[in-house]
Amino acid sequence: MIRYSKEHEWIRVEGEIGTIGITQYAQEQLGDVVFVDVPQAGRKVAKGEACAVVESVKAASDIYAPVSGEVVEANAGLADSPGDVNAEPMGKGWFFKIKLSDKGELSGLMDEAAYNDFVKSLG
Amino acid sequence: MVQSLDRSQGRSGGISADAAAPATFTGNRALQIEEPLIFEMGQPGRCGVDLPEPPKVKDRLNGLKRAGEIGLPGLSEPQVVQHYTRLSQKNYAIDMGVYPLGSCTMKHNPRINEKVARLPGIGDLHPLQPVSTVQGALELIDGLAHWLKTLTGMPAVAMSPAAGAHGEMCGMMAIAAALEARGERAKRKVVLAPESAHGTNPATAAALGFTVKPIPANERGRVDLSALKAALGPDVAAIMLTNPNTCGLFETEIVEISRAVHEAGAFFYCDGANFNAIVGRVRPGDLGVDCMHINLHKTFSTPHGGGGPGAGPVVLSAALAPYAPYPWIVKDGDKWRVAEDGAAVDGKPLGRLKAFHGQMGMFTRALSYIMSHGADGLKQVAEDAVLSANYVMAALKDIMTPAFEGPCMHEALFDDSFLKDTGVSTLDFAKAMIDEGYHPMTMYFPLVVHGAMLIEPTESQAKEDLDVFIAALRSLAERAKSGTAAEDFKAAPRFAPRRRLDETLAARKPVLRWRPSNNPPEGDPMKQAAD
Repeated sequence: MIRYSKEHEWIRVEGEIGTIGITQYAQEQLGDVVFVDVPQAGRKVAKGEACAVVESVKAASDIYAPVSGEVVEANAGLADSPGDVNAEPMGKGWFFKIKLSDKGELSGLMDEAAYNDFVKSLG
Repeated sequence: MVQSLDRSQGRSGGISADAAAPATFTGNRALQIEEPLIFEMGQPGRCGVDLPEPPKVKDRLNGLKRAGEIGLPGLSEPQVVQHYTRLSQKNYAIDMGVYPLGSCTMKHNPRINEKVARLPGIGDLHPLQPVSTVQGALELIDGLAHWLKTLTGMPAVAMSPAAGAHGEMCGMMAIAAALEARGERAKRKVVLAPESAHGTNPATAAALGFTVKPIPANERGRVDLSALKAALGPDVAAIMLTNPNTCGLFETEIVEISRAVHEAGAFFYCDGANFNAIVGRVRPGDLGVDCMHINLHKTFSTPHGGGGPGAGPVVLSAALAPYAPYPWIVKDGDKWRVAEDGAAVDGKPLGRLKAFHGQMGMFTRALSYIMSHGADGLKQVAEDAVLSANYVMAALKDIMTPAFEGPCMHEALFDDSFLKDTGVSTLDFAKAMIDEGYHPMTMYFPLVVHGAMLIEPTESQAKEDLDVFIAALRSLAERAKSGTAAEDFKAAPRFAPRRRLDETLAARKPVLRWRPSNNPPEGDPMKQAAD
């Protein structure tokens, strides 16, 4: 199951674990990503908390946790190849994995169709 | 291949030959010199000055004596002069033309400032001279302090901070100290900053251990007052706000913002980066500001960057004044002194933020600027800066797209909707400006506007020069909108020595240090671009 936030993060949930990254639209808006700062495993994050940073040639942006939980793994590969975020935002370019503390929070996020409509509404 | 503008065809008949011109034997192209690094030019043993052999003395360095060469290049004086003159010719500077870098206030640096700064009694000072021999210099610092307080309507000023961000740090440290004295430092952990804030604002707050909470803008490009009021509470330490803001707009509800912030027990830090728009017209103290840094290198025309250091004095309200860092310039009777410890002043100073007394050379130039303009001249500075920006906006608004309606203050902000579906991005547009002989405007900032282009012409440019600048932008916009020029824009700049640099590679694999090797390390963006 994949859900999307209005801040253009996606979360793919498998069992208790959610993998989080930024969307195709977000990477297009950012341009070439040059640096990603991901949270360390063990960190507890609250829904909406700024917990990662993505820096492109244009701007530095915070990444917000779409749900609450504990970080269980960060994508170590991004340190050396931040371009993965541009090439495969929903694949190799994932940011971190989180153990969800409240799966009910997912209901506040969008499914793919709703997110696509949301992006269209941004013009 | 090269499409030149209609306007330019007459005056530059050689343009089409340029890009395709055969290589020269030297690699130079007339005055475009292929200049090596100074370390690559040096010869061992060569020296620009004739020094006597040092006397043979027994050193007391023990094991600390340097074992190897220091690694300085050996060069004659003419080599050094020619090298740096050639480098300076590669640089676009305010002394060359319109420098529309928004938010930076790239105004003319009047030459009278330089004349004053070189007077022997000022230019030859040393910060460790006995205080009795620098009475005039201390009076000069106090004189500038007086005018900064007068122009801002504030009771105190800390002169030592070395630049804007340093001043922010100073001001926010004073706020933290005042909260500490109230016993509220632990509970007031949040600093509010509008989404359009300069990046240094949240960075300063975060560096001091505050949590930053962004405040959204409303559809008019101003702070959303209701969102601000909702965010205010007993956990908020301060708001950091720029006025006019980075959209080039005056915060029309500033007094209401200030009142709400103070009612919540928080402080109001104003980022003075855009003071040029209101100097002599608006006193920030009257708006309820608790502290504000002043970039002397912006509003008061001291050199940016290479021409000298910046300076960021911070004006402080009565509540924050006791925390101003050392040194304080104090007058006892008819004698000036430099107070450098807690016993010497009536306050609770933060300590030192900087060695010595601040940027003396900048103080001198800023005071020269203020005195030579006078009250009427400074008012006109703000008026002309705002007039210039509105002139640019009015002349471009039918062909480019202003981000917000209505007149602007000192800078004109456009978004990239006029480039929609042309294949040309803000970056491409900016690069094409280089070919036209202009430094690009600020781009992709503020972040609240899509593909932002922020143009700050300042008051320095003559109308005729602005007209030529505007015509160049209009031609570029027309060409971009023709829908057939995307490839040309992507190839810009064509006439810069290294064309378009690979900014992504430069950011991902920066080469920050020259190493003694003939082969640049792999991934050197300069090399890639040249290839």
